[in-house]
Amino acid sequence: MGPYELLSLFFQFLDSFAFLVLATVGLAIIFGMMGVINLAHGEFILVGAYATTLSFHSLADLGVPLALPIAMVVGVLVTMVFGLVLEVTVMRRLYGRLLDSMVATWAISLIMIQLLRIQFGNSIDNIAIPGGNVSFGPYTNPYYELFLVGAAIAVLIGLYWLFTRTDFGMRARATIQDKETARSMGVDTDRMYMTTFVIGSGLAGLTGALYAPMQSMSPEAGTGFLVEAFVTVVVGGTSVIVGTLLASGLLGLPKAGFEYAFNSQLIGQVAMLVVAIVAIRLMPSGITGLVESWRQSRRESND
Amino acid sequence: MLTVENLAVSYGNTPVLRDINITVEEGEIVGIVGKNGVGKTTLIKAIMGLLEADGGTVRFRGETVTNPSGHRFEGTPVESLADTVEQSASARGPGSGVLDTLVGPAPDVPANGRATRGMGYIPQGRDVFPELSVEENLRMGETINAADDDPLYDVVYDYFPILEERATQDAGTLSGGQQQMLAIGRALVGNPDLLLLDEPSEGIQPSIVQQITEDLTRINDELGITILFVEQNLQVIQNLATRCYAIDKGTIVDELGPADLDSRETLAEYLAV
Repeated sequence: MGPYELLSLFFQFLDSFAFLVLATVGLAIIFGMMGVINLAHGEFILVGAYATTLSFHSLADLGVPLALPIAMVVGVLVTMVFGLVLEVTVMRRLYGRLLDSMVATWAISLIMIQLLRIQFGNSIDNIAIPGGNVSFGPYTNPYYELFLVGAAIAVLIGLYWLFTRTDFGMRARATIQDKETARSMGVDTDRMYMTTFVIGSGLAGLTGALYAPMQSMSPEAGTGFLVEAFVTVVVGGTSVIVGTLLASGLLGLPKAGFEYAFNSQLIGQVAMLVVAIVAIRLMPSGITGLVESWRQSRRESND
Repeated sequence: MLTVENLAVSYGNTPVLRDINITVEEGEIVGIVGKNGVGKTTLIKAIMGLLEADGGTVRFRGETVTNPSGHRFEGTPVESLADTVEQSASARGPGSGVLDTLVGPAPDVPANGRATRGMGYIPQGRDVFPELSVEENLRMGETINAADDDPLYDVVYDYFPILEERATQDAGTLSGGQQQMLAIGRALVGNPDLLLLDEPSEGIQPSIVQQITEDLTRINDELGITILFVEQNLQVIQNLATRCYAIDKGTIVDELGPADLDSRETLAEYLAV
């Protein structure tokens, strides 16, 4: 394998890694905080993608400069409002009820798919991938893929900052660890959950906005995001940042490797799912559980 | 400072507390004594707002924090209904009229609202946030008593120097006694008007219990903070309380003054000895 091939494989890995991270964070943050799995997560991403694509075309028709960044901001905001409405009407009744939440959000997912189809048809006009291409040897990749990698890393750093360096993050972690005591310290935990859900929705919207130029968006496109996000959350466990980062790395390797070796997305996906099954067999509480028990044993050996 | 009237609490359909009447004056240290399973923790949680009251009222610094109009009305005489309307209106502060009361009952002030009004709660088994650092645990207490935004870190570190030494350590790595100090410090940082303690001596070695008892007396003495605690350790009760209520089978059965507290026999009657 020559240097170009290695570089191309590396690109493929970065691409898979960025996709897994961005597809997962919104789902992970809601799972980590409220213990519910949002099976409509893919449709949340689609709301962001549709809002971005549709507003981009309107803005571009009007000749507005910087139409794409503006449209992406619109996509994020629309998804946050969407998340807020669903939180108040449905989600807040389901916190801590994992199975009930899955049934309810699956229903939301089905309704959303049909609504999108009724309103916008089977597909909407694409956005062209912005920026040029980077070429090396026989390979070319869009610069935009590198931008997505940067965005994925920026999102993780941003979340790390939010959860470890701000008062909001501290209260959020306290609420996860002990809701009742957090309430008796003056934390309005209902509001905390609502805010977290809106942040999670905003991150889903951001993912939709960022991938709007990369994929043709159709009412079923959410499933592709959901499957990978779901697997990554399960492998990662409850810790939002560490879990998402390590699980995306762990699953991105076989996905990129097999996709590259067999030149087939399907085989890449199969390889990823096989690794996920093995990982869950070996680490039932995900990577977070493994990290936790390692920390626990280190703590005990210190005593 | 705190008035509890005819408080009743149940878990589902099982009544746990009934006819609880307690008053705590400003600056007092009042104990609630009783055996395991008589409803001590339930009572302190209901006062804090972590459990909903079925009936009766909790008044804190003159404000009703339970919702009298939300309780069952069966058998309520008409004149007390009028009182209820009045109380509920005043509970929601100025500007709210009888009309609001008729439109819908004011909800209980939840635990977080009672904390910002000045209740500092120290749960049974400490319940420090194990994966937050010692300093972060203390910062969590800053929100207690919203009227006072000057956190008392100096005071807390003066009482419990170990907390300053261990500031960056995860709270879960502290010993039981240190966690109890952290739980007290966390409630103290916000400068509460009332400290509610649920069995401060439980699972802590005797020498540390002695020290914590002295610290609590100092906190009451030097900062003027009122203390209501639940306990079944005879020594702690004798050293700490100025006055006690004895609770048995879900209701207050006796009130004990200083003379009763001096007598081991009187106290032992209400404890699992």
